[in-house]
Amino acid sequence: MPAEFLEQKNGVSNGTLYKKTFIEHFEQAPMYVAVFTFVGFAVGTIFGYLRDFMRAWGLEKRNIAAEREQQKDFVPLYQDFENFYTRNLYLRIRDNWNRPICSVPGPQFDLMERVTDDYNWTFRFTGRIIKNVINMGSYNYLGFAETDVNALKTVTIELEKYGTGVCSTRQEMGTLDKHVELEKLVAKFLGVEDAMVFGMGFATNSMNIPALVGKGCLILSDELNHTSLVLGARLSGATIRIFKHNNMQSLEKLLRDAIIYGQPRTHRAWRKIIILVEGIYSMEGSIVRLPEIVSLKNKYKAYLYLDEAHSIGAVGATGRGVVEYFGMSPDDVDVLMGTFTKSFGAAGGYIAGKKDLVDFLRTHSHSAVYATSMCPPVAEQIIRAMKCLMGLDGTTQGLQRVRQLEKNTRYFRRKLHEMGFIIYGNDDSPVVPLLLYMPGKIGAFARRMLEKNIGVVVVGFPATPITESRARFCVSAAHTREMLDTVLNALDELGDFLHLKYSRYSKSSHPELYEESRLELED
Amino acid sequence: IIRLLFSKTYKLQERSDLTLKEKEELIEEWQPEPLVPPVPKDHPALNYNIVSGPPTHIITVNGKECINFASFNFLGLLNNEKVKSAAQASLKKYGVGTCGPRGFYGTFDVHLELEERLAKFMRTEEAIIYSYGFATIASAIPAYSKRGDIVFVDEAACFAIQKGLQASRSNIKLFKHNDMADLERLLKEQETEDQKNPRKARVTRRFIVVEGLYMNTGDICPLPELIKLKYKYKVRIFLEESLSFGVLGEHGRGITEHFGINIDDIDLISANMENSLASIGGFCCGRSFIIDHQRLSGQGYCFSASLPPLLAAAAIEALNIMEDNPDIFQTLRAKCERIHKALQGISGLKVVGESFSPALHLQLEESCGSRENDVKLLKRVVDYCMNSGIALTQARYLEKEEKSLPPPSIRVVITVEQTEQELDKAASLLKEAAQSVLN
Repeated sequence: MPAEFLEQKNGVSNGTLYKKTFIEHFEQAPMYVAVFTFVGFAVGTIFGYLRDFMRAWGLEKRNIAAEREQQKDFVPLYQDFENFYTRNLYLRIRDNWNRPICSVPGPQFDLMERVTDDYNWTFRFTGRIIKNVINMGSYNYLGFAETDVNALKTVTIELEKYGTGVCSTRQEMGTLDKHVELEKLVAKFLGVEDAMVFGMGFATNSMNIPALVGKGCLILSDELNHTSLVLGARLSGATIRIFKHNNMQSLEKLLRDAIIYGQPRTHRAWRKIIILVEGIYSMEGSIVRLPEIVSLKNKYKAYLYLDEAHSIGAVGATGRGVVEYFGMSPDDVDVLMGTFTKSFGAAGGYIAGKKDLVDFLRTHSHSAVYATSMCPPVAEQIIRAMKCLMGLDGTTQGLQRVRQLEKNTRYFRRKLHEMGFIIYGNDDSPVVPLLLYMPGKIGAFARRMLEKNIGVVVVGFPATPITESRARFCVSAAHTREMLDTVLNALDELGDFLHLKYSRYSKSSHPELYEESRLELED
Repeated sequence: IIRLLFSKTYKLQERSDLTLKEKEELIEEWQPEPLVPPVPKDHPALNYNIVSGPPTHIITVNGKECINFASFNFLGLLNNEKVKSAAQASLKKYGVGTCGPRGFYGTFDVHLELEERLAKFMRTEEAIIYSYGFATIASAIPAYSKRGDIVFVDEAACFAIQKGLQASRSNIKLFKHNDMADLERLLKEQETEDQKNPRKARVTRRFIVVEGLYMNTGDICPLPELIKLKYKYKVRIFLEESLSFGVLGEHGRGITEHFGINIDDIDLISANMENSLASIGGFCCGRSFIIDHQRLSGQGYCFSASLPPLLAAAAIEALNIMEDNPDIFQTLRAKCERIHKALQGISGLKVVGESFSPALHLQLEESCGSRENDVKLLKRVVDYCMNSGIALTQARYLEKEEKSLPPPSIRVVITVEQTEQELDKAASLLKEAAQSVLN
C-alpha cells in the first residue's frame, strides 16, 4: 500500500516493537460531506420539532403507547426531550434494525418479510420469507454457526443427556463436569494456567471488574470501549480516566500523571492501576497496539485487562487472538477475557490467566455466587469448536477456517479500497466499517441492499459519533468468493448511485476494465 | 486596577512544579498491590461440588448419588422429554448461538414467539426477553431510574437488584424487610421534602422495588398494601418475581394471581426463566408504554447477544406444559406445606420461610459467635446429609458486597418430583444431622 494511504490519527507509533507492519486507516472525509451531514441532521431536527408541535396540539394522531388513565398524575416516566431523537430521527429508519430471521445465522439466512403500513410505527409480517439473503451482519467469523448434522452430533448427545437448564449458581450446585472440562480446554487453548467460564459475555465484564478493582484503584480505559467494560468500571467504584483511542502518548501521559500526583485531592498513592482495552474494536475495526501497551505496562507497573470479544478466533495464525497476532506470550497480559458468542457460535464468556487470579475469581466473582452457570449444550458447542480449532478432532478444518477468514478479509478490504470507499480500521481485522456520514443515506443504503438480497448492519448515533454513521460488514470464513463478489458488485453500484465513494486515494474504480482493454490492444 | 490585575497572576505561581528527576524517582518507587490477594486453600467457596451428569431429581455430586434438594428445579422441567425434544428440533434448525445482538440480525422468530407467549400467559401487553437471568433486573432498573430519582427498596432484596440500583446512580432508600409502616414513614418524609421544592419534585421519578418471594428470607411481600401506598403517594412499583413465577397463583402467574390483583397496577414485572422454566434467561413484562423503552435503553438487551434459540424453544415448551397442567402448582404447594411442618421440630435449626415457599432456609437457632464458625458448623450438617444421600447446599453470599448480609443458612429446595417418602426421609435425616453435629 502506498505511504499516502496512512493517515493515523492515533499518534505516532513506535514501529520497532512490531514484528510485522501495522497499517490502519482513518481517513477524513472531504469538508463538503461534513457540511451536508450537519444540514441533514438540522432538517431532521426541524421537522421533528414541527411534528411534536403538531402532535401536542392534536393536529396529528399520536401513535405511541401512552400512560394509563389512573396514573396520569404520576411523575412522567420519560421526559419528552430524552426521546426526541428516538421519536423523530430513529423512527424514520427503524425498519433497518431488529430484522427477524428464521434460519441459522450462517453465511446466508432467511429473513422474514416485514412491512409497515404507518411509516414504521408498527410492523406487520406478510408471512413471506426472503430466502438466501447474504449475511454480512452476524458475528460469525469462523463459520461455526452451522446446522450440519455431523458437526452438531456431540451437542445433540449432550442436550439429550443434560437437558437445557442448570437451575443453580456455580458455588451452590451448578458446577457440572462439563464446566470443568471446558475450563481446562480454554486454558490449554490460550496457553495459560487456568480459566473460568461464565454464562453471558456482557455479564462477564460487568461482574468481574468490580471484583478485581475497588475504591482507591485507577482504571484507564480506551475512549471507545464497549458498554460492558464501562458498566463494570462504573460498578467497581474505582476512578476512571479515559485515554484517546489507541493513542499511546495519551496513555503514557495519564500513567505518569497518575503515579506522580496520586489520587485526586489526597495525593495518596493509587492501590493499583488497570488498563482496559479491547482486542478488536467493533465499531472501528482497529486492533489494539498490544506491544506498546505491554511495554508501557511493564515500565509503569500497571495491570492489563484485554477484552478479546471480537478477536479470539478471528486473528492470529492459529486463531488464538491478538496475543498471537503480535507474536507475544500470554503471560504478558494479566487478565485475558473473551466471549464465545462471536467466533465459536455459542454464548458465554471466559476469563483466563494465572491460577491465583482464577482462584480469586472463583471465590469472589459476583457471577459465581449469584448467577446461573452456562448451560451444558452450549458448553459442548464451545468444546467441539475449540477442539476443531486446535486440531484435536483429527482434521485440519480449524486451521483452514482461520486461513479462509484471513484471505476473505484481505480480499474484501482490498477491493473496497480500490473502489474508493472510506473504510476504517486495520487491514487484518474482519470487522469492516464503511463510512456513510449522512443520515439520509443510512436508511437508503440498508433498504437497497436488502432489495438486492444482502443483509447489512448500519449504525448511527449514539453508537458512533453523530457525524460518522457507518455500515459495518463482518467477514466470515464461511463466505465463498462468489458471495463476496456479489456483495462487492452490489456495493459498487450502490456506491455510484448514492455517491458514497468519498475516498481521495482510490485508484480507478474499474481496474479490470482497464487491463482488459490493454489486452485487446496487444492483439 | 492594573496593579490588581498583575498581582493576581503572581498568586497562581505558588504551586511547586516537580523536577523531571523527582518525577522519575516517584515512578520508580511506586509499588502497586498485587492484582489479586492470595486466597487461602481452605476458603469455603473455593472447592466446588462437581456434579456429574444432569442436575435432575437424582443427582451425582462428587461421585455420590443423592436426592436433589438444592437445584431450583421447582416444576421438574429440567429432565422433561417434551422440552428436550423441542430444544433438539430447534438445534437442528438454528444451530446453537445467535451470533449477534437483537438489533443486528439476532432476532429469531422463536424469540418473538416466546415474547408473545409470555405476554399472553401473564396477561400483559408486551414482554421482552434477556439472555441471562442476572442481567434482566440489573438492566431494567437503570433504564428507567436515573441519577436524581428515588428508589425505595426492601432490605432483603437480592444481589441483582442491588447491582441494578448501583448502576442507576439513583437515591436509594432502604426500608425494613416487609415493614409497610417503615415504608410509609419514608414516603411521608419524601413528601415533606417535595413540598419544600415542588419544581424538583415534579421531575423526580419514584419507584418501589420489591420481590414476590424473597430469595434471602423465603417470605412473601404484602402486595395489596403496596398497591394502596402506590396510589396514595404516586410511586411506581417494580416487582421481581424470580422465585414466585411458576409457583404462586392458581395457574402459576405469580404473586399478582395469588393476591388477585389487576396486573396493570404493577408497572413492571421481571422474572428469570432459570427457576421454574428450567431454561436460561429472563424476561420483563408489562404495558407496552413501559416495556418498549427497554428495547433501546436496556443495556443487557441492546449490547449483548440474544438468547440461543434452543433455550427459547425449551422455554416455550415449558410454558405449554405449565398451561396444560395447572394442577402441578397445587401439588408443589402441598409438598412445601408438608416439609415445612416436618422440619419444624429440629433442635438447633429454625425454618425461615413461608409454608408455601419452595425455597426455605434453615438457620442456626443460636449462633456460635462468629460467622466463620457458623458456616463451618452448617457445612458439617450438609456433609452428613450428603453422605447419607440427600444433596443440600449452603446459601452463598458475597460477604463484603451485600448491603444487608443474611445469616448463614442451609438452602432447602422443594420440587414437584420429590415423593412424600423422600420428603420424610430428608426431614428425618436433617433431624439426625442436627442432633449429632450441634449437640
